[in-house]
Amino acid sequence: MNANALALNLPPLLDARGVCKSFRKPDGDELVVLDNVNLTLRPGEIVGLLGRSGSGKSTLLRLIAGLDDPTSGVVDYQGTPVAGPAHGISMVFQSFALFPWLTVLQNVQLGLEALRLPEAEIRKRSLQAIDLIGLDGFESAYPRELSGGMRQRVGFARALVVHPNILLMDEPFSALDVLTAETLRNDFLDLWGEGQLPIRSVLLVTHNIEEAVQMCDRLLIFSTNPGRVVSEIPIDLPQPRSPLDPRFRALVERVYVEMTARPRGEHRAGAKSERFAGTGIGTSLIHVSSNLLQGLIEAVSEPPYNGKADLPAIAQALQLEADELFPAADALQMLRFAEVEGGDIRLTEAGLAFTRSETDERKHLFARHLLTYVPLAAHIRRVLDERSSHTAPKSRFFDELEDYMAEEAAERTLRTIISWGRYAEAFAYDDQRQIFSLENPA
Amino acid sequence: MSQASGKLDRMRLEQPISVLKTRYVPGRWDVIAFILVFGLFAYLGATAHALTGSLAHLEAQPVSLDPRYLPGYAAQTALRMLVAMVASLLFTFTYATLAAKSRRAASVLVPLLDILQSVPILGFSITIVFFLSLTPGRVAGAELAAIFLVFTSQAWNMAFSFYHSLRSIPDELDEAARAFQLGPWMRFWRLEVPFAMPALIWNMMMSMSGGWFFVVAAEAISVGHTTVTLPGVGSYIALAIQERSLAAIGWAIAAMFVVILIYDQLLFRPLTASADWFRLEQEAGLMPSRSWALTMMRRSRLLGFGQSLFGSAIQLGFNRGAAPKPTPPRAAASAARGRLVDVAWYSAVAAIVALGAWRIGRLVMEHIPLAEVGHVFGLGFLTLLRVVVLIALASVIWVPIGVHIGMRPRLARTVQPIAQFLAAFPVNLLFPIVVSGIVVLKLNPNIWLSPLMILGTQWYILFNVIVGASSLSADLRYVGENLGVRGWLWWRRIALPAVFPFYVTGAITASGGSWNASIVAEVANWGSKHLTAAGLGEYIADATSAGDFPRTVLGIAVMSLFVVVLNRLVWRPLYERAERKFRVS
Ligand SMILES: Nc1ncnc2c1ncn2[C@@H]1O[C@H](COP(=O)(O)OP(=O)(O)OP(=O)(O)O)[C@@H](O)[C@H]1O
Ligand SMILES: [Mg+2]
Repeated sequence: MNANALALNLPPLLDARGVCKSFRKPDGDELVVLDNVNLTLRPGEIVGLLGRSGSGKSTLLRLIAGLDDPTSGVVDYQGTPVAGPAHGISMVFQSFALFPWLTVLQNVQLGLEALRLPEAEIRKRSLQAIDLIGLDGFESAYPRELSGGMRQRVGFARALVVHPNILLMDEPFSALDVLTAETLRNDFLDLWGEGQLPIRSVLLVTHNIEEAVQMCDRLLIFSTNPGRVVSEIPIDLPQPRSPLDPRFRALVERVYVEMTARPRGEHRAGAKSERFAGTGIGTSLIHVSSNLLQGLIEAVSEPPYNGKADLPAIAQALQLEADELFPAADALQMLRFAEVEGGDIRLTEAGLAFTRSETDERKHLFARHLLTYVPLAAHIRRVLDERSSHTAPKSRFFDELEDYMAEEAAERTLRTIISWGRYAEAFAYDDQRQIFSLENPA
Repeated sequence: MSQASGKLDRMRLEQPISVLKTRYVPGRWDVIAFILVFGLFAYLGATAHALTGSLAHLEAQPVSLDPRYLPGYAAQTALRMLVAMVASLLFTFTYATLAAKSRRAASVLVPLLDILQSVPILGFSITIVFFLSLTPGRVAGAELAAIFLVFTSQAWNMAFSFYHSLRSIPDELDEAARAFQLGPWMRFWRLEVPFAMPALIWNMMMSMSGGWFFVVAAEAISVGHTTVTLPGVGSYIALAIQERSLAAIGWAIAAMFVVILIYDQLLFRPLTASADWFRLEQEAGLMPSRSWALTMMRRSRLLGFGQSLFGSAIQLGFNRGAAPKPTPPRAAASAARGRLVDVAWYSAVAAIVALGAWRIGRLVMEHIPLAEVGHVFGLGFLTLLRVVVLIALASVIWVPIGVHIGMRPRLARTVQPIAQFLAAFPVNLLFPIVVSGIVVLKLNPNIWLSPLMILGTQWYILFNVIVGASSLSADLRYVGENLGVRGWLWWRRIALPAVFPFYVTGAITASGGSWNASIVAEVANWGSKHLTAAGLGEYIADATSAGDFPRTVLGIAVMSLFVVVLNRLVWRPLYERAERKFRVS
């Protein structure tokens, strides 16, 4: 699109420079979520943010929306720093965030009422937005009467009706089923292309790489821990873009490669567990079920992949979105069952051995790798072995983890280690009493 | 959307919806609404007039047991309860909002509410003298006192519920409200009140029941030498008990029934039915309420007009002043100053608390020997024993019945309002039966007066278990049937775990209510017959009627202590456990 070239000459709508954000952990240390992020948004472009779960994309969006303040750095909107929610920046939420007690019309009117416009004006503009977004006839319906797709349309109408300069969207399509999401996406792109939308640029967070390539003029890839923009991929395919177009495929492949690239300074294969801030037991884990791990490892071992697969291909074959695939691939890598690099996943010897084994043998192998390569699992096991009662309360490990990560992440990490430990029969856990133990329930 | 492109121009030509419905044609619902609205005005005018006379005038016209006067009494009682309810709502909106918005305020207001909730309602009758002194010789002061007493039986749990709702507003709705820059007033009416509504309505219903329970005490006020009897159903009942008139008791029950029914139909039904629209999601199994009054409000243009008037009043708040300024970010520089204010605030609180403790200590110590304080604690344990045994008994009876009812939605719909009515039933009405029974059969009042304590409150257990059982998903029930789970196994593995969290909620309410009721239940009068059961309730009741201020304070303080400790040590952990154990995911 030559809108890009045009946009380059205009002053940026939004300019974030050196933005850092950290949260205070319970032990008083800082958890750095965003580290020196720079981002500009020019009129006429759709910019996509891609990154692993927990890389701080939503946090950045909240900073831009003025819902939170950066620890350092500035976000300039039209030349003035953002301080609190600004006129002209509006937001579409992943969970829709509609007010269930207001009708469609009332939901849409809300932002205009807050601006204290005259009533006639409010009504006129709301009805226009409702009509534009394909909701006419539903004005007096309540959100609960609508399907997910229609609800998100209300979300769009509510955001558009204030005629914002910038539309922020945090995974707007991910709560919808595939077909509905596609329809809504295409409708949005049509209106955008026809210049019907009263907005000047869009910042889109998504996990869906195809969606990002489909919609955006520019993609920013985030790294995890701390979140940083590690690369920028311009997409200059003309709209409408076909996912079957070889150039489209090449871009998707490129995004996968960027997203599996190792950060600088890391050479050893499978050094994943040391890659995060705080090594050893302080590694925060993303929940991946043992079922998914087995499914992925098996799929990669089978033909046509025979042990080495292209990530986009395997994602499509298993119907996985990037936010499920990446953590699973990471987990296999951490357990030394696979290596991930350059957009590919390749099973190790151990991984291949795993696929050839029977259930019991698999569990043994899994347990061995778990206790060898995941320091937290080894730590829990050691504590249980050392204690004469062979039990330990969850809080003991929770408190330890909290030194390294936020409460929520600690909770998630423990949940993950519990489910892996249970599968491996490395240790048992009683949720009711919140106690780890060595014995398995009889 | 794409099919909608290009409709913009057409849209501009269409009339806005508000202009479209201009022709006014009165309908059937309008007639009913008209009668109701103007009937209400007439009633308010007439009744309010009676509330403002002088005390001497009141004494010249003592309460009569003639049933002809009863409708008038019922009207006055109903109005008192309505005023108390409005006051409770105002209190709820301000107190809970303050507590939810300010960390410092919360540090004082929340524990305070916890204590206030545990103070037995009759304890507040200490304040009567104060209210009487406000308007010497006029009825207004006595009315205020009575309304305040009813208020104290209604306000606390409502405020708690609202506070809890404000604290649990979902993040995404909060962020949407902030992103769209809703001002505080608009945020309150568009987000906070609607979100809190379902829980608040449920608590209003419970409060109303509680109010009835104590309306007898509130209308026949006697503290030491001061005795004021306000005309109303409560004082009618008190007189009937004094004169041992069974017929009058029957009339009183009938009058109460009618008033409760009217409240149910005109206030709570419409509220619950509309609250269903406020719920975030459709909860499985909960019966959607229906209400003809709500239908009327929706259909009638007349009431619609009134409604839009109220809406506009609120809207006026939205539109007042200039467009909102963006909220400035919390400046990091002021952190040190914030800490300083913190220190000042908490020291002030500590000082006031210390002063209060010293005053209470002195008051009690000067008048009451230490041995008696120990004795009062002993009485507390006696009452505790009653509460525990009764809750256990009620659970054994009502949990199985509640599960059975809950599994049958149609039956549940019938039982629900009945249970609500029974919960509102003042225990005093049963004095004739119980007292006569105990006297005739020569029973031990220490044991046989006890059941009165739980009479009004056991229904909360039944009520909650019904809700719990009816929310057990059909799938889970089918699985049970499919696997052939029957008998004790079915109870142990399916039914009891499913209703447990609901049961705990009900039992907490029932236990709190029983402590309260002990003051009425441990002292039963029927004419000149006077039966007592040794316990903390009896101690407080005696001290109050003797106008013994220090002993009343001591008794109330000890009871509050028991209730708070019981809540902290037993109910809250149990509740948290229930929540943790039974949440899925
Ligand atoms: N208020 C908070 N307090 C403490 N930690 C927080 C807070 N908000 C976010 N975090 C942490 O910041 C990190 C980034 O969170 P964020 O929601 O921005 O990630 P994300 O990239 O949007 O992830 P996802 O793709 O899963 O939505 C997470 O580790 C999260 O635990
Ligand atoms: Mg996010």
